[in-house]
Amino acid sequence: MIEYALIFALTCFGAGLLFNLWRIVRGPGRADRILALDTMVINVIALLVLFGISKGTAVYFEASMLVAMVGFVSTVAYCRFILRGDIIE
Amino acid sequence: MLAEIVISAFLVIGGIFGLVGSYGLLKLRDCMQRLHAPTKASTVGVGSVLIASMLYFLLVKGQVSFHEVMITLFLFLTAPITAHFMAQVHVRLREREDDLPETDRDFGWSIYEDPPVYGDGD
Repeated sequence: MIEYALIFALTCFGAGLLFNLWRIVRGPGRADRILALDTMVINVIALLVLFGISKGTAVYFEASMLVAMVGFVSTVAYCRFILRGDIIE
Repeated sequence: MLAEIVISAFLVIGGIFGLVGSYGLLKLRDCMQRLHAPTKASTVGVGSVLIASMLYFLLVKGQVSFHEVMITLFLFLTAPITAHFMAQVHVRLREREDDLPETDRDFGWSIYEDPPVYGDGD
């Protein structure tokens, strides 16, 4: 039963990644593209946790934690670059 | 058996909310509306997947894991900051300074002016 729920959740988050890719390609503004990248990071975190459940190991939590940190820093850096023209002043 | 039902329910709820969050990114019309959709994916979607992971490792594997709490805390702390930055970027790129209302303060909008310096500036 857990296997089918895992397959369902993996399919949902994978389809969400495709939607985000569509928004990155077609997004009318730069803010839309940053937003789609941030959502993509969140979907990848969920996918990593689900993959860890399906494998039954706790190794993937570190990976998802690192992805969360890098995603936050990259989003903030991109926004700072557009807002101020510089990342570290 | 009950544990499997609960874990599967959390997984299905998380998957549905993640899909809704990403679908809203496609469907909504304006960028400010689109900011609203992925919050569902980042709070309820990822949150219930992490709860399902905690329950799985606790009830099926028999080991307590606290990594999920760290990931949830980090996501819940950083989501408002990134949303605020993206709203600032949208306002900066779409609105002109003259179109924005007056701030009724000594200094203007922070996205156009440097922050005010109090004291001797060091």
